[in-house]
Amino acid sequence: MGYPHYPHERESTVLSRYFGDAEARTLAGWKKRGGYKALDKALGMAPADIVNVIKDSGLRGRGGAGFPTGMKWSFMKPGDGKPHYLCCNADESEPGTFKDRELMRWTPHALVEGCAIAAHAIGAETAYVYIRGEFTEPLYWMDQAVKEAYAAGIIGKNAMGSGKRIDVHVHKGAGAYICGEETALMESLEGRRGNPRIKPPFPAVSGVFGMPTTINNVETLIAAAPILMNGADWYKKMCLSNPKSTGTKLYSVCGNILRPGTYEVVMGFSFREFLYDVCGGPMHGRKFKAVIPGGASVPIQTVEEAEATLMDYEGFVAQGSMLGSGGVIVIDDAQSMVTVIARIARFFAHESCGQCTQCREGTAWTTKIMERIRDGQGTIEDLDTLLDIGEQMTGKTICVLSDSCAVPVVSGIKKFRGEFEALIQGRRFHPVVAAVA
Amino acid sequence: MTPDLVGGLESPDYASHDKAAHGPPYTSVFVGEVRTELDELLTRYPTKMAALLPALWIVQREHGWVSEEAIKEVAGLLDLTPAYVKGVLTFYTMYHQHPVGKYFIQVCTTSPCGICGAEDVVRAFLRHTNAGELGVTSPDGKFTVIEVECLGACGFATPVMVNEEFIESVTPDKVPELLARLA
Repeated sequence: MGYPHYPHERESTVLSRYFGDAEARTLAGWKKRGGYKALDKALGMAPADIVNVIKDSGLRGRGGAGFPTGMKWSFMKPGDGKPHYLCCNADESEPGTFKDRELMRWTPHALVEGCAIAAHAIGAETAYVYIRGEFTEPLYWMDQAVKEAYAAGIIGKNAMGSGKRIDVHVHKGAGAYICGEETALMESLEGRRGNPRIKPPFPAVSGVFGMPTTINNVETLIAAAPILMNGADWYKKMCLSNPKSTGTKLYSVCGNILRPGTYEVVMGFSFREFLYDVCGGPMHGRKFKAVIPGGASVPIQTVEEAEATLMDYEGFVAQGSMLGSGGVIVIDDAQSMVTVIARIARFFAHESCGQCTQCREGTAWTTKIMERIRDGQGTIEDLDTLLDIGEQMTGKTICVLSDSCAVPVVSGIKKFRGEFEALIQGRRFHPVVAAVA
Repeated sequence: MTPDLVGGLESPDYASHDKAAHGPPYTSVFVGEVRTELDELLTRYPTKMAALLPALWIVQREHGWVSEEAIKEVAGLLDLTPAYVKGVLTFYTMYHQHPVGKYFIQVCTTSPCGICGAEDVVRAFLRHTNAGELGVTSPDGKFTVIEVECLGACGFATPVMVNEEFIESVTPDKVPELLARLA
């Protein structure tokens, strides 16, 4: 449901059914809606069986990378004598993305339940929910939900009378986009600066506090409960395109569009119908120009590419972009692409942790050059310089923040070169005497 | 360990620029109930260091900002050095390293809000609060306005945070009314 709107009839509301329903936030209300039945069922199952159900369902990570969730869980070896940890990545900071915020503020108990199920499946006794510090409302509701769940004995020393210990703790971040990167989140959780770690070792071997750790996105964890209740086949059937992408996906839609909000549709839905029918199309008298379909760090699509897209992991790749986090940023013909891209570059320059030279210098210089072009001070050589910097920033750093900055710039220059050139040419007709160095 | 030496070396006086500038002597944060709160937090993590971010949040809640003295206190309690604590503190944007206005206003101007007119919202705030400049507190000490990177409410452009309160769909014409409610 695209809260604050009523759900569109073409949505499939599995995770977003209770958005806008204040009673679902409380334990009593959540139980009335069938809450914690999946956890009860899970606690009666062997961990390996839960992992198999999730594997069969085809659920893939909803945070951006799309890694198969069941496989990720199966990396956690039971009985290795080490404490296992579960981290829930609720540091949702990707520009354009706000689905996890809606999930946590309307259905906090769904996340507590999802964490508890996953913790049991991977043999962890402790789950940390790392929520970004700006999310005061989700933090409040999650705190309440965790307290209620502890008081009712749903989590704690003896979770739902199963004899298993499952602790869920809410950890408040303090303002750093990079802490949404899984290893940076772990560093931050340990009380350090949020600098991403070199992989390998991967989190399943050495994660938070040096112990085997699984880290999942909010939406992924919440999807586990309905899958356990309804079975893997039910989930697998929710697919309109190819069997590699199954289930429903939440998309947060923002920018120049008539009805922004969070929408849930089945994998393989037509992006054209999604934009024009479900989300209401462009503002009156305007036309869509470009779409960034998966948060600011994925390649920009032209409107033609977007209209030809089927909304699943493979569908977005086939049309020159990525599903990413499902943060759809719609840009209409009243906007300057150069301004939009310059602002995205500034975001990454601000958020670079500064560990790797390519990223620290690359994001800053990209921003300077982009803003120079935006202000009519650019030269035609700047475009080649930007493409060259972009290449230097791709695939050469510890994490992908550097790549994420290069991607919109490079795809923007390739697909909207005319707008860049027009701004640069403009300088020839109105030469600025004291050019900024 | 004497209280003076808690957390390692005492920093020299000149490093402690908040002492003279900001009036009253430092009062410890972690006493009584707040200390109990920290002790409970420590049980959640296998290491003391992991409680650092939550501890700094508590400091900011109690004092409004994190001073050099507070850094020393936190360092002492968590067996860290003040330099380490400061290193972590400065990484994160939400901790205030100097006092801010009574109302700390953060306006999201990242791309999705930017294309919906967030820059105009910032200008409206600067004009109506008399702060004049980003990051500078207004002469009456009430307002500090900053631009912030993505608040994660892009569909409700422009989101604004005033202290702990999250306000959605702010437009320039709503700003005077919003400020009147605060003042």
